[in-house]
Amino acid sequence: MSIFIAKRLLTLIATLIGASMVIFLVMEILPGDPALVILGVEATDEMVAALTKELGLDRPAPERYWTWISGLLQGEMGTSYAYKVPVWELVEGALWITIPLAIMSIILSIILALIIGLYAAAHHNKAGDVALMGFSQLGISVPNFWLALLLILLFSIQLRWFPAGGFPGWNEGFFVCIVALLLPAISLATVVGAILARITRSSVLEVYREDYVRTARSKGLSQRATLWLHVLRNALIPVLTVTGIQFSALLTGTVVVENVFHIPGLGSLVLKAINNRDTIVVENVVLLLATMVIMTNFVVDILYAVVDPRLKAHDI
Amino acid sequence: MSNSDPTSFLNRCRRSRSFLIGGVMTGFLLLCAAISLFWTPGSAYDIVIPDRFLPPSAEHWLGTDQFGRDIVSMLMTGTQNSIAVAVVAVSIGLIIGVSLGLLAAAKRGWTEEFIMRISDFSFAFPAILSAIMITAILGPGGVNSILAIGLYNIPVFARLTRGSANAIWAREFVLAARAAGKGKFRITFEHILPNVLSIIIVQATILFAIAILAEAALSYLGLGTQPPHPSWGRMLNEAQSLIFLDPWQAVFPGLAIATAVFGLNLLGDGLRDVLDPRLSRKR
Repeated sequence: MSIFIAKRLLTLIATLIGASMVIFLVMEILPGDPALVILGVEATDEMVAALTKELGLDRPAPERYWTWISGLLQGEMGTSYAYKVPVWELVEGALWITIPLAIMSIILSIILALIIGLYAAAHHNKAGDVALMGFSQLGISVPNFWLALLLILLFSIQLRWFPAGGFPGWNEGFFVCIVALLLPAISLATVVGAILARITRSSVLEVYREDYVRTARSKGLSQRATLWLHVLRNALIPVLTVTGIQFSALLTGTVVVENVFHIPGLGSLVLKAINNRDTIVVENVVLLLATMVIMTNFVVDILYAVVDPRLKAHDI
Repeated sequence: MSNSDPTSFLNRCRRSRSFLIGGVMTGFLLLCAAISLFWTPGSAYDIVIPDRFLPPSAEHWLGTDQFGRDIVSMLMTGTQNSIAVAVVAVSIGLIIGVSLGLLAAAKRGWTEEFIMRISDFSFAFPAILSAIMITAILGPGGVNSILAIGLYNIPVFARLTRGSANAIWAREFVLAARAAGKGKFRITFEHILPNVLSIIIVQATILFAIAILAEAALSYLGLGTQPPHPSWGRMLNEAQSLIFLDPWQAVFPGLAIATAVFGLNLLGDGLRDVLDPRLSRKR
């Protein structure tokens, strides 16, 4: 087990370094001079040269890469070109919105998936199963940002139950913030929930066919007890993996959905940064999102090996 | 191939409900795109201010938008855009990804390790994220979104191809071909590729649907197709600012995206049943 974790850990570090290098290189070939962007078109050549020196843009690329990474390790992200404040301040504020939103969405989608998946499996091939699976196929096909618009139309404009967008800030109270994040979370959770529901259903059905389930039933265990003690435990392994994979989809989904609801999370921050040519913010936020995706895959790999020891033997 | 008997192939086509419904929906999508190349009921481009926000009528089936453009015509022309982006993006992923996957399976050793590690690592950049980086460099535009989605498709195809190709390399008939003195290159094209083709086609259909979704999301964010070219995502973006004034405009483009994606997903499921019955999940 420890060899497995060590090997995965090495891959994780290599992937993180690789990702940061790709982002740096991509931003490096960016046409346009950040100094010129900050100063505007009226700037004189001397002003541009002075600012270039101040920002350290005249130093060689490897040195700048090292400055960036060593700064990151100390929690330093540099200063935003557009807002003249530390990038970390912008990112921190956005993280306090994006992370709760992602967690809410994943919880909602797991609840949705378990209810639908278990119901459909229990009513295998009956009308309820067919209808729910039809709906889930539809759920997978719906773009999350359109669903978000439809939810705004129904719940904010017609029924006036929820705000149409914006975020009050956590100091305005926990409850109002959760309410503000509810519609975005639902629009993200529907798609992921639909995918997970299909996985839950098929994996529960598969486990029901196993010999040990028949044994459990024949030794007199009730249907319900068999479900909780034997079926769910084994059926949730594939669900767990897919949840991990979907978490990265969900994170990038927040980029889009935050913009629908005008919620100032990481997604809104990075899009604004692109429009402002605030490349230092773009590179840090993209690295942060990529890191979250990489970490999630790492955790899922480890968890997967913990729940199903057969798998890691393969990998070593 | 698993089964080359044409009558049983047709029979499977006829029996697969997903294949039939998905095929009809995808066919309708392609038809809309084709017709819109030379005919649309109104104009998707002309700005006619007096005709703005018209309700549905015989002339404008779904009414007009804030510039007096005909919504049905915009939706039809938008189909071209979605299909073009998806075709190119999937082709990029298909050609490069499948080649890399076949190469990894044929060479094994460090080539395989290298290709797989690279593709592992590109999984850290989902389509939207790579699109954000690419637009940060090249600026927003249709071509850039194609590039971003295409790049994201490469590792998906590479992994899938390598996995299935490895399984085929272990089979007896490949061993026989090697014993007969065929080279790795020839075996790849004569034995491996034909046997992994069906699973690649199924995956391509699904990625086609994902590409349409991704293009719509990018255009919605203003990073994809630029005006005046009609695009479904762009239409939703414009509709959002008018959501109090004309809520219906926010409904139709989304419906178009969902229908296209739903049809393609069904077609993918159906193709799996039809092309390779062994692959179809137990129901």
